[in-house]
Amino acid sequence: MAYRYCIEENMCKGCGLCVSVCPKKVLEISKQINTKGYFPAYQARPDDCITCAICCTMCPDVAITIMETDEAKASQKK
Amino acid sequence: MAKVLMKGNEAIAEAAIRAGCLNYFAYPITPQSEVAEYLAWRMPEVGGVFLQGESEVAVSYMIHGAAAAGVRVFTTSSSPGISLMSEAISYMAGAQVPAVLVNIMRGGPGLGGILPSQADYLQATKGIGHGDGRLLVMAPATVQEAVEMVMQAFPLAEKYRNPVMILGDGLIGQMMEPVDFPDNLKTEPSNKDQWATNGMDFRGVDKPNIVRSLYLDPTELNDNNLTLRAKYERMKNEDVRSESYNLDSDYRILIVSYGTMSRVCKTAIDDLKSQGIEVGLMRPQTLFPFPEQAIHSAAQKLHCQKVFSIEMSMGQMVEDVERSIKGCKPVQWYGKCGGEVPTPEEIMDLIQAEPAIK
Amino acid sequence: MAKTFQRPQCLTDRPTHYCPGCTHGVAHRLVAEVIDELGIRGRTVGLAPVGCAVLMYNYVDVDFQEASHGRAPAMATGVKRVRPDLMVFTYQGDGDLASIGMGEIVHAANRGERFTTIFINNAVYGMTGGQMAPTSMPGQRTTTSPFGRKPDEVGMPIRVSELLASLVTPGFITRQSLIKPKHINKAKKAIKQAFEYQMENRCFSFVELISTCPTNWGMTPVEAVQWAEENLLPYYPLGVYKTPEE
Repeated sequence: MAYRYCIEENMCKGCGLCVSVCPKKVLEISKQINTKGYFPAYQARPDDCITCAICCTMCPDVAITIMETDEAKASQKK
Repeated sequence: MAKVLMKGNEAIAEAAIRAGCLNYFAYPITPQSEVAEYLAWRMPEVGGVFLQGESEVAVSYMIHGAAAAGVRVFTTSSSPGISLMSEAISYMAGAQVPAVLVNIMRGGPGLGGILPSQADYLQATKGIGHGDGRLLVMAPATVQEAVEMVMQAFPLAEKYRNPVMILGDGLIGQMMEPVDFPDNLKTEPSNKDQWATNGMDFRGVDKPNIVRSLYLDPTELNDNNLTLRAKYERMKNEDVRSESYNLDSDYRILIVSYGTMSRVCKTAIDDLKSQGIEVGLMRPQTLFPFPEQAIHSAAQKLHCQKVFSIEMSMGQMVEDVERSIKGCKPVQWYGKCGGEVPTPEEIMDLIQAEPAIK
Repeated sequence: MAKTFQRPQCLTDRPTHYCPGCTHGVAHRLVAEVIDELGIRGRTVGLAPVGCAVLMYNYVDVDFQEASHGRAPAMATGVKRVRPDLMVFTYQGDGDLASIGMGEIVHAANRGERFTTIFINNAVYGMTGGQMAPTSMPGQRTTTSPFGRKPDEVGMPIRVSELLASLVTPGFITRQSLIKPKHINKAKKAIKQAFEYQMENRCFSFVELISTCPTNWGMTPVEAVQWAEENLLPYYPLGVYKTPEE
């Protein structure tokens, strides 16, 4: 089963909590500012991601979602 | 329906139930604790909710919560307790939540005394809470009138989506008079689904209702206040009430008095009339909106030389009387406080000493 | 091991006004998930506090009333007593609940009011800019304790869960934490348990959540988690302090 991992860039406030809790050190803070003036998190090493969703659990802005690929296609209108 | 002899506090309690209000939260305070004592056994009898809260502050918010959930609810208290409820009343006015409050006034300020007064007039009509909220205030003079006003208060509160206060005093609360409970009061259809937090499932909609008074955007806050102001103007046009007494005579003196004080004045007026001295009485039944026009018209009559504001306070309603009179006649306050009730003889002496009478 | 993760239905997609790293966002998500899972959105009423979460109704999409500071338990009492079929919860910070609102929460718990309280304990007054709270730690510098909280002048911090658990009336009282993912998962279970007790009409339920306030603690979000772990958790032990079965 394939998964689609997504950090909604303009919801992220760059707090860094996801970066600190990721067990595989996948995430980092981008050097690219978002529309709100924050530097959002992103997957620097996406291949290392095991979709454990610990980052999702920690994120106060619920900016990170993980969906199964078929579902991902179905709700791409978002 | 046969009349029943009832203590004012108990009649007020029963009146709420007859008005379909089955929810009561309160805190004991003299001279109105009998309301809670009556409802403690009567509410369970009718399947209603009775709760003695831990303070008037808490009770005022229980009222707010319940009313905002779209049910009829009321509370009773007395002067110091009403002060504690000020914040919640401001919140209810700002959030447009209907509720009924009864203040059985006692002597103040501070702990004051437990005997009757009319010294919360300014608080009720001008300063009940911070901000531009107002209360619709009704003032009964008899236990029967208290019953009728309590029953009218609920539909009025719902009509305006505003808290309504019945301003009684310890005399009303404690004395026993014959009452009957009217059963033909009109009620407006309730619009509560538009605003109450009574559960989306029960409204059959998907959109939540938010009951709030916080408007961080200044334009929105101003708009809310303009909405409130428009309501209060509407109250002035549609729901102001007063009683005229002996105003079809050539009265030299006009008395403005409300509540039980007005009954003392009526006795004095009757006695003076038998001596050939004509005095008129204007009795406000709503204190907000105040019957300004009726008082002004009554004072403007050529034969009227002077206006007295007679109240059990150190001069509170007199300010509204002066404002209503607009300077067309002299206005004087007379009153006593702290539980001392002026006697008819005192009122008669007061009137007879006036040059206008001699 | 692989998991999916989505925003709960009744959490709106409005970006929150909370500071970066503020655990209010986590708490809101957990409450929203529980409401979704129990299928109670259509009959839930929340009481929003005076505090950073005053605008909670913008994020959790259920009927809401705005409470005044500290009085949410009284308002919740009013709602639940007259409409016992509604699911009622208050959501309060430590200034709101443990300072001005101490009377209301103790009495609501003591009467066994059948609503649920979510208590966000971050040892400081957030919204008003970082003043000392009844839950602030000894030595903690805040805007009104610039030299650090001095216990011999203002006493020690209040442990609300233990205080409420000392009441004789049955209740569900627990302290959890939002500072790390393992804690968050346990907190979710506790919140769900709390709401389930309400659905059974069983008792008053109370979930204290140790939270961070990076802005007013003067730290980054990651530093704040560290500080909370070192300074709050030892004084505010996690666990269940009371269940109605006792």
